[in-house]
Amino acid sequence: MIGTSPARTFIAHAVLVLGIVIVAFPIYYTFVASTHTLQTILRPPLPLWPGGEFWTNYSEALSGGVRRIGGVGVGTLLFNTTVMALGIAIGKIIISILSAYAIVFFRFPLRMTFFWLIFITLMLPVEVRILPTYKVMVQFGLIDTYAGLILPLIASATATLLFRQFFMTIPGELVEAARVDGAGPWRFFFDILLPLSRTNIAALFVILFIYGWTQYLWPLLITNSNDMNTIVIALRKMISFADADTQWQLVMVTAMLAIVPPILVVVLMQRWFVRGLVDSEK
Amino acid sequence: MATVDLKDVRKVYSGGVEAVKGVSIAIPDKALCVLVGPSGCGKSTLLRMIAGLETITSGTCAIDGNVVNEVGPTERDIAMVFQNYALYPHMKVYDNMAYGLRNRGTPKAEIERRVREVAETLELAHLLDRRPRQLSGGQRQRVAMGRAIVRKPKVFLFDEPLSNLDAKLRGQMRVEIRNLQSKLGVTSVYVTHDQLEAMTLADMLVVMNAGMVEQIGQPLDVYERPASIFVASFIGAPPMNLLPLSETGSGLALADGSAIAGSLPASKAVTLGFRPEDVNVNYDGRALPGALTLPVTVDAVEPVGAESFLHCASGGGRVVARVAGRAAAKPGDKIDLVAQAGKLHWFDGAGRRLE
Repeated sequence: MIGTSPARTFIAHAVLVLGIVIVAFPIYYTFVASTHTLQTILRPPLPLWPGGEFWTNYSEALSGGVRRIGGVGVGTLLFNTTVMALGIAIGKIIISILSAYAIVFFRFPLRMTFFWLIFITLMLPVEVRILPTYKVMVQFGLIDTYAGLILPLIASATATLLFRQFFMTIPGELVEAARVDGAGPWRFFFDILLPLSRTNIAALFVILFIYGWTQYLWPLLITNSNDMNTIVIALRKMISFADADTQWQLVMVTAMLAIVPPILVVVLMQRWFVRGLVDSEK
Repeated sequence: MATVDLKDVRKVYSGGVEAVKGVSIAIPDKALCVLVGPSGCGKSTLLRMIAGLETITSGTCAIDGNVVNEVGPTERDIAMVFQNYALYPHMKVYDNMAYGLRNRGTPKAEIERRVREVAETLELAHLLDRRPRQLSGGQRQRVAMGRAIVRKPKVFLFDEPLSNLDAKLRGQMRVEIRNLQSKLGVTSVYVTHDQLEAMTLADMLVVMNAGMVEQIGQPLDVYERPASIFVASFIGAPPMNLLPLSETGSGLALADGSAIAGSLPASKAVTLGFRPEDVNVNYDGRALPGALTLPVTVDAVEPVGAESFLHCASGGGRVVARVAGRAAAKPGDKIDLVAQAGKLHWFDGAGRRLE
């Protein structure tokens, strides 16, 4: 078994540490680069230790010192991206939990047809429907709006299926007990189903938030003005083909700041859904 | 409080399966009616139709004189105890019990008072802050009962509530349910497949088979005068001994052709039955005065303490005899079983009782 002798424990830890170093080094290197001047970065080799430009670089990026994206501060970019990622994650969860609720707990004509309609959208990648979607968004006048960023990405067959599978494990007796106790469909949904789904919702939220945070193609199409850019788009725009034209130290700062919110979400939600798992075992 | 009247109730599922084939039962006020039968006999379906969880294909179900066919489970004013308790896993015991009252808009103080009162009765007062998963099976059972009781419904419905408990706890809870029901005086319908539970709990016993009622009556009446072969073999453990008969020129004979000694059986009878405890064992071969003397060979002896069961082979088929204390027979012994005339049951070709 694992960890039965000190030697084995040592080897196991050595492998883990090595893995962490390999994964973490590029991130550390990005951080190092974000604390040096552009000249230091452009003149190899790059030092392995952080430089003294931390405050200068970070305040410049946050106050909008990046010329190539029209001087928009990283704060605005973070805000835009947060709104989009939250909108997509929350919207997807609401839409999919409601459709799964309808499909599992109600009997209505064409129920299975609707289920399969949702299911087959899984087979169409976003890129296939991106032009018609773009046209619709233009006609709605949703270019350069948060709604335009969020709405087309909300529909989710995967999340619907996930909730459907979970709802089907809820014992019929529980549903009937609630009916006898006088809980109508909404009461049942809010009092029983939602609390029981909270670990699923937490897990999905993490996945969907990161999905929304890293969206590239759609925000690229739907935003024109610099102050509606998401951080991923802005990062792309900051980089020019000519090295001298790129403010690498600020690119590194933006990259560092871009990974902070997803990390926060993972760390915070992880604690939350571990507690959920321990707390509400059926 | 309430009566429950079922009139010619039928349930046909969309696939064409007929689960309940015309059942009529009139349950008087305050009675505990037990529906008993093997799996798939339609007893649970019937209960769920009374609860309003299944639609009624035809016939009527009336609670307190009002036909409730089209009324939802909430408005029927019933409370149900489920086999797996169906407690809300994310709610504390208190909230589990209060949930139904809250949904009905009962004032908070009233809910508090009633939940505390019921918790006291069921010895749950110290568990009100726990979650269902922190409770033992027996405690969960009590919470499920408590949830039903706080509502003060017209009718209690029990769907095999004790089948997930161990044998000892089951016996204990059985007595508790019986006491509670008579104390509260709430009309109850109780579904079980356990004939012991049925016998001990029921004011009114309904034996069901294949979607139909075989017999309705008081438990001991059903036991002493089973209306059919099915009831005779279902109620009682070990079940009634049943021997097929054939007609000979002079009268009736057992399967091996030996004529039945003793008094005359009813004509047209094709099956003879007697309870294991209704035979006397004659060890020494002397004829005893009795209605039926059956020579048998002992196959096995099962001593269970206060009594022993003798499993025997006779010319007419296998029979079981129950004797008090230890049996003075061992496998291979040839003995006579003697049954009194009044203790014999006769059934016709359709399995119905002959008087």
